[in-house]
Amino acid sequence: MARDRTILITGTRKGIGRYLVDHYRRQGFTVFGCSRGPMESPPEGYRHFQVDVADEAGVRRMLRTISADHGRLDVLVNNAGIASMNHILLTPVSTVHRILDTNVVGTVLLCREAAKLMQRRRCGRIVNFATVATPLKLEGEAIYAASKAAVVSLTEVLARELAPLGITVNAVGPTPVKTDLIRSVPAEKMEALLDRQAIRRFGEFRDISNVIDFFIRPESDFVTGQVLYLGGV
Amino acid sequence: MREQNDIIQILYAAIDELNPQLPPEQRLEKSAATVLFGEGGRLDSLGLVSFIVAAEQKLTEMADISLTLADEKAMSRRNSPFRTVATLAEYIGERLAESENG
Repeated sequence: MARDRTILITGTRKGIGRYLVDHYRRQGFTVFGCSRGPMESPPEGYRHFQVDVADEAGVRRMLRTISADHGRLDVLVNNAGIASMNHILLTPVSTVHRILDTNVVGTVLLCREAAKLMQRRRCGRIVNFATVATPLKLEGEAIYAASKAAVVSLTEVLARELAPLGITVNAVGPTPVKTDLIRSVPAEKMEALLDRQAIRRFGEFRDISNVIDFFIRPESDFVTGQVLYLGGV
Repeated sequence: MREQNDIIQILYAAIDELNPQLPPEQRLEKSAATVLFGEGGRLDSLGLVSFIVAAEQKLTEMADISLTLADEKAMSRRNSPFRTVATLAEYIGERLAESENG
């Protein structure tokens, strides 16, 4: 079913993004991905771009290459994201800019350039990454939660702007998953956070891909502007 | 500086790309005088967005020019550059001359 379908996943060098590359290759997608660094031993049938998602010229070049080589893009997954756990009184403005650049500006640029390509066929699926840190109002994650609140707003508004072009825009809101993103968070903080979920466990990569699978299946063409939080948050 | 006629040909290619996607009453004629948007224009706002995207893509494909057409400069003008094919070609020509002159 997925033969000839193309997917672009950002932040593929490690963690969830790296998992999603293999997940969608197994489903028969042609998979493109990007990260700021090169990918070690990229799998066969996967094309990696070394691009910072906040770099407008780089993002445009990447989408132009995908357009020239493949002529279409069916799915965009805006997985690239960074976090920084810190009390607001101790948060340097450079950290604020860094988080907003990757999480907000990067998502905007990818949505814009991907939608330009998708609208040619009047068909496309965009999946953004939110986080439970926003609805849980997590202390110590003010900038991260705020950046992802912006992603939620973008998802909801772009869903309306892009609907006439046949493009759906949704977001998945993962709970903590054991990746580099939460590496530096103390264990007791993590336990307290899991206690606020309806289902008290860490998320798994497959929990996230399950939601993305739902958003991008052909039958989901009437589902847009939605944010699906995992774990019962 | 690029000839105005070259730019108009690129805009015609954008029209060729866009027309099949438009309802019949919005389809554009390949003429410099074709009114794109505003009074007497054929495109609705979404049609104009699609036309601008197609024009940007054709500029890249045919002339290796990377321009964002609907920026603050374009929006703040008293006379919209998106009024006709000719006004848009003129605007693109100006933008290219600016970038060539540094």
